[in-house]
Amino acid sequence: MHYTFTIEQGNFTDAGQASSSVKRTLKQLGVDPANIKRTVVALFEAEINAVAHAYGGTIDVDIDDGKIVMVVADQGPGIPNIDLAMQEGWSTASAKVREMGYGAGMGLPNIKKNTDDLKIDTKIGVGTTLTMTVNLV
Amino acid sequence: MKVKEIVSLVAGELVGAAIDPEYEITKAFASDLMSDVLRFSMDDTILITGLCNNQTLRTAEMADLRVVLIGRDKQPDEDMIELAEESDITLIKSKYSLFKLSGILYDAGLKPLY
Repeated sequence: MHYTFTIEQGNFTDAGQASSSVKRTLKQLGVDPANIKRTVVALFEAEINAVAHAYGGTIDVDIDDGKIVMVVADQGPGIPNIDLAMQEGWSTASAKVREMGYGAGMGLPNIKKNTDDLKIDTKIGVGTTLTMTVNLV
Repeated sequence: MKVKEIVSLVAGELVGAAIDPEYEITKAFASDLMSDVLRFSMDDTILITGLCNNQTLRTAEMADLRVVLIGRDKQPDEDMIELAEESDITLIKSKYSLFKLSGILYDAGLKPLY
């Protein structure tokens, strides 16, 4: 099964809708609750990152019997230093993002913790693509 | 501790259509940072927060939190109330500060996450 969603820059009213939709689908499919939790937490963090930091993007989710693969691709600005971004507590979030309750610097570390595989492809001025895999078996 | 007991202890008010007021809560976590909320397992936990917007509820939904206590006399708007109902999350509001809410609920027997 394949699902695609669009992410709008700075739209905190709708941010999380894609993750919410994926959560409902996984529940309907009877996926184990622990795997649902780590899947949607990782996807939600990535969705919020794209809303908060990027100029919009897309989410593609593929679900099969053995795994869930989620690709969150944004259109910039790119991550200047991935090592720093992976450190807990390090954040470049704006005041607006912090007002929404984010910007604790836990996004990427939390994604890594909740997924079995995480690939980050980023290029300054072009964008960032996160490929997150959760194994179901 | 039942949801209805929490409402009474914090001089709170249920906002919108609540889940079962008999629903049992055993733990509490207080935070305005939603990324911190997403770090922990939140079974049977109430979130105590002063962050009063849709993202509070989206985060609660992802974290499997079913009860959110909004402190500091913040007022959930119609969008929030609707989203809470859609997400099957009970919203309680209270005039008390987060410190006072935490103190009352700790004293009444709710456990911290850690």
